[in-house]
Amino acid sequence: MSETQTPIHGLGHSPRRKEDDRFIRGKGNYVDDVILPNMLHMAVLRSPLAHARIVSIDTSQAQALEGVVAVITGRDMAAHNLAWMPTLSADTQAVLALDKVVFQGQEVAAVVAESAYVAHDALELIDVEYEPLEPVVDPHRALEPDAPLIREDKPDQKSNHIFHWSQGDRAATDKAFAEAATVVSLDTFYPRCHPSPLETCGCVADVNPATGKATIWMTSQAPHAHRTLFALVAGLPEQNIRIISPDIGGGFGNKVPIYPGYVVATAASLLLGRPVKWVEDRTENLISTGFARDYHMTGEMALSADGKILGLRSKVIADHGAFNAAAQPTKYPAGLFHIFTGSYDVPAAYCEVDGAYTNKAPGGIAYRCSFRVTEASYLIERLVQKAATETGMDPVELRRRNFIQKDQFPYRSAVGWVYDSGDYQRALDLALEKLGYDELRREQKEKWERGELMGIGVASFTEVVGAGHGADFDIAGLRMFDSAELRVHPTGKAILKLGVKSQGQGHETTFAQIVASQLGIPASDITVVEGDTDNTPYGLGTYASRSTPVGGAAAAMVARKLRDKAVKIAAHLLETSEEDIEYSEGRFFVRGAPDRAKTIQDVAFAAYTNLPEGMEPGLEGVHYYDPPNMTFPFGTYCVVVDIDKGTGQWKTRKMVAVDDCGVRINPMIVEGQIHGGLTEGFGIAAMQLITFDEQGNCIGSNFTDYLLPTSWETPSFEIYETVTPSPHHPIGAKGVGESPTVGSPAAYVNAVLDALAPLGITNIDMPVTSDKVWAAMHEKGFV
Amino acid sequence: MLISVEVNGTERKADVEPRLLLVHFLREELGLTGTHIGCDTSGCGACTVLVDGVPVKSCTYLAVQADGRRVETVEGLMNGGALHPIQEAFKQEHGLQCGFCTPGMMLTAKALLASNPDPSEEDVRWAISGNVCRCTGYMNIVRAVRSAAAQIGSQS
Repeated sequence: MSETQTPIHGLGHSPRRKEDDRFIRGKGNYVDDVILPNMLHMAVLRSPLAHARIVSIDTSQAQALEGVVAVITGRDMAAHNLAWMPTLSADTQAVLALDKVVFQGQEVAAVVAESAYVAHDALELIDVEYEPLEPVVDPHRALEPDAPLIREDKPDQKSNHIFHWSQGDRAATDKAFAEAATVVSLDTFYPRCHPSPLETCGCVADVNPATGKATIWMTSQAPHAHRTLFALVAGLPEQNIRIISPDIGGGFGNKVPIYPGYVVATAASLLLGRPVKWVEDRTENLISTGFARDYHMTGEMALSADGKILGLRSKVIADHGAFNAAAQPTKYPAGLFHIFTGSYDVPAAYCEVDGAYTNKAPGGIAYRCSFRVTEASYLIERLVQKAATETGMDPVELRRRNFIQKDQFPYRSAVGWVYDSGDYQRALDLALEKLGYDELRREQKEKWERGELMGIGVASFTEVVGAGHGADFDIAGLRMFDSAELRVHPTGKAILKLGVKSQGQGHETTFAQIVASQLGIPASDITVVEGDTDNTPYGLGTYASRSTPVGGAAAAMVARKLRDKAVKIAAHLLETSEEDIEYSEGRFFVRGAPDRAKTIQDVAFAAYTNLPEGMEPGLEGVHYYDPPNMTFPFGTYCVVVDIDKGTGQWKTRKMVAVDDCGVRINPMIVEGQIHGGLTEGFGIAAMQLITFDEQGNCIGSNFTDYLLPTSWETPSFEIYETVTPSPHHPIGAKGVGESPTVGSPAAYVNAVLDALAPLGITNIDMPVTSDKVWAAMHEKGFV
Repeated sequence: MLISVEVNGTERKADVEPRLLLVHFLREELGLTGTHIGCDTSGCGACTVLVDGVPVKSCTYLAVQADGRRVETVEGLMNGGALHPIQEAFKQEHGLQCGFCTPGMMLTAKALLASNPDPSEEDVRWAISGNVCRCTGYMNIVRAVRSAAAQIGSQS
C-alpha cells in the first residue's frame, strides 16, 4: 500500500464540512422527511386554559370523521398504564391529561388519521368541557401558603414548592459580609425564553406488529438515554427499541426532554400496527416544550475597601412550570448554578435555590447552556458591573483585582469546583486592546457632556462544561460518560461511531479530525455515524457543551488504543521490536531509521492479512470515557452601544469576543459556533421573551410575538482567541458552543446600563427593549 | 382542483384540495423534502421557494395559487452535475450549521443576486431578513452570498 497524498487534516485545520454536501442540495434527512408506506399522521389537542378541571371529553364527532383512525385520550393511555411518564428531574408528567390541566398548551387528546389535514380537522370536533381554576402564574404567589395547589395528582405534594437546594458555606459567607466595607446587591430576573430551533420537535414511530420492534425516528439530542427511558416507561424490551435521531434542525437543549407526543405516537403505532408521524407546529413548540431560565435572582457581593470581593450570596426562586421537567443532573436540581463565583477568587460563597410549580409549560432546560451556568454567569457579571458603579471603580479594574490568577490553577472554588485551567487576564487584555477601551472611555465622557449616551459593557465569564465525572453527574441515574467505536477497514478507511449526536455542530467533520490527529488516517477517509441506537455505542448525547469534552475525548482515546495495536503490527512488518517503533502523522518508523516505515494504511491492511502470530485480527475498538473533571472555557466579551434618547433604542456599535476553549479542533467551526452563540445571547438580551398574562395565556406563542434576531438587527462580531489547553482532556480541548450564549447577555445589558449609570439606573431586566430603556430614562427625568 | 405547475423545469400536474399548501404539495406530493417547514406563519422563511423568480413563503401560499407558474426549490439549484455558485459558497464560507434554514436562505439569495449582482453587506442583510437562522449568526451567510455574487460576476 502506498502512502496517501490526501491531507490528514488533524487538529487546527479547517476542512469544509462533510455534512454540507447533503444540506446544500436539499438532501438532508430530518424527521419530517421520513415518509413511510402506510403511514398515519397524528395531531394533538391542547388545553386552552392554564388551570382547569376536565369535566368531560366527547370524541364521538371526531371519531366519526372520514379518515380518522383513532382518537386517544388520557383514559385510553391510562388503560395501558401510560397516562403518566417520568421527567428528567424524577417528577411525573401527564402524557395526556386525565382530570385536570395545569398549563395552557397541555396535551389533552390526540387524533390519528390518514392525513395530517384530517387529523387537524378532527381536533376541532373534540368537545372538552373545562371547569376553570385559579391560575398561578407568578412563582412568588405559588409559594404563598394560600396559593391554589397545582399538583393535586401527587399525594405527598401539599404546596407548590418543589425543592430547596443550597451550596457553599453559609456561616463563612455571612462572616465575610459582616466584615465588608461595601455590600452591593442586585435583584434581577432572567426571564423565560425558548430555544426555538428552526426545526420543531417530532417523531415517526414504526412498531412492527410481527416482531414487536419499535423504530422511532425522533428529534433527540440524546437517543441512547431516550431509548432506555422508553424501555422503562413503556415496559418494552430495550433491544426491541431503536431510536434514530436523523439530521436535527437545531437543538439548543429543546430536544433533550421526552415529550408526550413521542409517547402517544409510539403507543398509537403499537396499537394500530402502522407507522405514525407526529410533528408539532411552531405554536405547539413554543407553548409546550422545554423553555429555559425563568430565574428570579437576588445576588449580594461583599467587598473590602480596596475592591476585593470577600463574599458572594445568592437566593433564587426558580419557576419550573407545572411539571418539574428540568433536564439536570440528578444531584443538582438547580444545575450548575453554584459556578456563580465566575472568574473571581471569592473566599466565601453561598447560594440557595427554591423551585416552584406554576401553571406554565414545564421545562427549565439548558438552552445553549451547561445546566444553569447561564443564569449564574449573568448574575455575577451584572453584580461586578454594579459593584464598579457603586464604588466608583472602573469595571475592568475591579475584574483585574479579583480574577483567579493563572498560577492558581487548578483552582478550588469556595463551593468546591476545581477549575482546570485559565488565564483570564490575558483574555481580558486582548479584548480591551481590540476594542480600544481607553479611547472609548474618553469618547463616552465627551458624549455624556454633550448629552449623548453610549455605554461599554464587559463580561469576563467562566463556564463549566463537559459533564461527568459520572459519579457526580447522571441523568435519571445514567452516568454522564460518552463513547466512541472505531473500525479501521483493510484499505485504511475508517468508520467512527459515537454516543453523542450533532444538531448542526459539525461532528461528521470534527470528530473525524480528532481521529485523524491521533492515527494519521485522513479525516476525509473517516465516516462518522451517530444518532442510531442500534448502530452506535451507548452515550448520554449532545447538550451542555459535552460533545468535545466527553465524546471527543472518547474518540481520541479509542484512536490511541488502535494506535497501540498498530505499533505492534508495524514492528512485525518492519521486523523489529515494538519498543523501536516511533509514530508520527500516520507513519510508523524505526527509531533512528525514518526511511524504514509503514503507513497506517499499510498497518490496517496487515491487521487483516499479515498479523503477528497469536494476535487478534482486525483493527477495531471502543472506548467509554468518564471524564475526571469538567472543562472550564472562559473569555471576555465587550459591547459598545449607543442609545437614542428619543426612543430608548440601543444599537450595538461594536462587539469584541475573546474565547478560550483550549485547543481548537476546526477553527472555522469554532468561529461559527461563536457567531451563533453570540447571536442567541443578543436575542436573549434584546428580544426573546416568553411571558404570560394573568390568566396564564402564553404571550410569545408564534414568531410574531416571540421575536428572534434576524440578519437585520444582529450585529457583526469581531472574534479573537487565546488558547489555554485543558490539562486533563486527551487533546486539551474544552467545550465552546455555549460560551457565547452564556457570556454575552451580561455584556449587552452591562453596556446599556453603563450608558445609563450617570442617571442612577442600575437594573433593567432582559429583554432590554427600547420601551423599557425609555421608561427608565423618563422616570429619572432625563427625557 | 387540477393544477399544472412547472417545478424545477418539469411540468407537474396534480388534482389537489384547494386548501393544500404549496409546501405540502412540494414535500408530500412531489417528494421534494428539501423545502422545510419552520413556523407555519411566514415568520421564519425556512419554506422559501421561488415562484416566477420571486421568493415566496410556501407555508402560507396555496398550491392552487402556483397553477400555471414556475416554482423553483433547492432541488433545482444544481445545473447538470455542478453546484450552483450559491451552494458552493455556503459550503466554503461555512454559511450553514444544522442546514434547516439553508434551502430557503439560498433561494432568497438567488432572487437577490438576480436583481442585484453586487450587493453590499447591508443589501444582503436586508434581503435575507425574512429568513431566520438560529445557528450561524448570519455573518457567514452574508459572506457566502457576497462570495457567490463575486463568483457569478467573474463567470459572466
